[in-house]
Amino acid sequence: MIYEPSAVAVAFFFVFVAITLGLSFYLGSKAKSSQGYFTAHGQIPWFVNGIAFAGDYLSAASFLGICGMIAFYGYDGFLYSIGYLAGWIVALFVIAEPMKRLGKFTFADALDARFQSRGIKLAAGISTLAVSVFYLIPQMVGAGVLVQPLLGFPHWVGVVVVGVTVILIVVSAGMVSTTWVQFLKGSLLVIFSAILTWMILNRGFSIAEGGNDGYAFQTLGPVSSEQEFSELPALAGTTPVPADGAWADTPFRRFRNDKTGIVSVWSLAQDQDGGLVLREAQSLTEMDDGTILVNGEIKGTKKGEAELHPVGNVTKLPGGESHTGRLGLLSFFSTLQESEVVLWGNQKIAEPDSTTTVYFQKPTPGSKVLRPGEHPTFSGIRSTEMLDKLNFLSLMLALFCGTASLPHILIRYYTVKDGAAARKSTIVGIGSIGFFYVLTLYMGLGAMTSGSMDVTNSNMAAPLLARSMNEWLFAAISAIAFTTVLGTVSGLILASAGAVTHDLVTHAFGVELNDHEKVRVAKIASVVVGAVAIVLGILFKELNVSYLVGWAFSVAASANLPALVMLLFWKGTTRQGIIAAVVVGMTSSLAWILLSADTFTKVYNLPAADALVPFSQPGIVTIPLGFLTLVVVSLMTGAKTAES
Amino acid sequence: MRRYNARIGMVLFGVYLLLYGGFVFLNAFAPETMELTPLAGVNLAILYGFGLIIAALVLALIYGWLCKPQDQDAADAEEVEK
Repeated sequence: MIYEPSAVAVAFFFVFVAITLGLSFYLGSKAKSSQGYFTAHGQIPWFVNGIAFAGDYLSAASFLGICGMIAFYGYDGFLYSIGYLAGWIVALFVIAEPMKRLGKFTFADALDARFQSRGIKLAAGISTLAVSVFYLIPQMVGAGVLVQPLLGFPHWVGVVVVGVTVILIVVSAGMVSTTWVQFLKGSLLVIFSAILTWMILNRGFSIAEGGNDGYAFQTLGPVSSEQEFSELPALAGTTPVPADGAWADTPFRRFRNDKTGIVSVWSLAQDQDGGLVLREAQSLTEMDDGTILVNGEIKGTKKGEAELHPVGNVTKLPGGESHTGRLGLLSFFSTLQESEVVLWGNQKIAEPDSTTTVYFQKPTPGSKVLRPGEHPTFSGIRSTEMLDKLNFLSLMLALFCGTASLPHILIRYYTVKDGAAARKSTIVGIGSIGFFYVLTLYMGLGAMTSGSMDVTNSNMAAPLLARSMNEWLFAAISAIAFTTVLGTVSGLILASAGAVTHDLVTHAFGVELNDHEKVRVAKIASVVVGAVAIVLGILFKELNVSYLVGWAFSVAASANLPALVMLLFWKGTTRQGIIAAVVVGMTSSLAWILLSADTFTKVYNLPAADALVPFSQPGIVTIPLGFLTLVVVSLMTGAKTAES
Repeated sequence: MRRYNARIGMVLFGVYLLLYGGFVFLNAFAPETMELTPLAGVNLAILYGFGLIIAALVLALIYGWLCKPQDQDAADAEEVEK
């Protein structure tokens, strides 16, 4: 699919970046002390802080990842929405007020409030850094994904642009500007998502044979045997290509046009009456010499040349209608429930001199689109194996426990003046985030049926949906999504800088710093963390952003939550217990992820069967392991500490 | 007062945990129930999911309403310092 850089989008993009930077420099000139730099003097109004929570939390993964996952697989992406929001309940009811009461600058402050231990500061500081960097990767990948179609730059340029802009924001002003950027972005994201949802409901569903470039995908048959296909007029003048090598045992059939030599790919399937049908597929072939073929032709660079067709159409509506007209909040779902939608699957076929990815049609009843368990990550719930179900339970547990352990969320409790303000801003946060998450289901399903999806890139679903409405909305949504990345990344970098300055340099290594030096150290740390994030964002560009965020949540929940909760609720907790829990939780969850089947296939390109752990999501093992470690070590060291 | 707030927090947390746990376990062990359409032709997966999001906001508002106001918090803090 060719993305043409749109002048409106480019203009919006630069206006947004300019406003963001301008705000940062203006506010930066006001914040001078380290108190101001890290926690905005604790003077942010609770309502602004609440919306800024939404800004911090609704990252590229929420907006791009969840919408994309829903657009390509249906309901499953919404499970992330539910889990992400549920996490806020833990944050509000269990963590918010004690965090505000015990800490001053960082999460490690609160953890260390009772013990004044360098070990705790060191462990908590490192875990903050690890979680932040893990969470930064998907944000940077998201940035690259956005800039590519928006400005026509390659992926790495997007990552570098975001990295540099964010470093400028953080270095210029710290928490004050970060908070106001988050407030701005949080409000815009929620408002524009609501507008988009309203437009989706207004548009309703219409039957189409393909995407909105007008190309109609063909379905041939049904016939009773494969030989009959070559007699059909649609395949006249073509010769079947033998299904040998990597193509053997695939459901794909290829036909070469006798005149042009172009090979088309089709997927063979059975219709509901048992007849054989061939559905037109799309293919993308990367040759070893760098040539890229799209549907058998050399990939074009201009409009009208060979490119993948946009997809996403409804093929049947209830009552045989061709257009539903305007739909209501519930009739949107009940109509889709009775319809049929074409989803697209993909399969990679590696040959000696090329790799072909075949994108094939999967006509799916609406009732299946709207039920959980269609995405590979969640398909385990339909399996009879307990291990597959555990993977699902593990992810849902990590999402539930992860929010309240994310360092960039926790530091936001220090930007308001007291416990009551912390509580109120969390409630505002839950309201705005919850509202947005309800909208993700409408936007995802709207994108699925918009005829504008790019089969190669699920992360672009939301902006492309906006493009199917109009160019201005596309420009606004893309620019907001980009600011989303900027905001979340600046929050994360600030959390990392705080951890480096307060937890590691000042406390763990015992370096005496005056106020001015603290801010300087933090700024240097921001530049370093920003640079690391840029490099990782380029390295991990292939991975789905939502999926990466799931990892960050697992690590955060395993490393931070056991220590935080036990410190608040168990008097027997010791210094050694906290250190051990943080270290064991962090290393075990990281190790689990690195040894899982998902990482084997997606990062190392090794077969899933070689993975060393039984399922991919660590939470259900490593979160209890963190608690267990804390209890055991505390019991072992408790008596000794009391004696001394 | 701090204890009072914390106790309300724990009770509401328990309520939400039951709701969320119910959703997760139904999905894991009886996924077919999610396909039922009990209301207005909308399936249970969507109704329960929306319900969880609305419940989170409702519980949060109840918590905010029941918790002691902030001057009490400040008085509490002084008490602790003493």
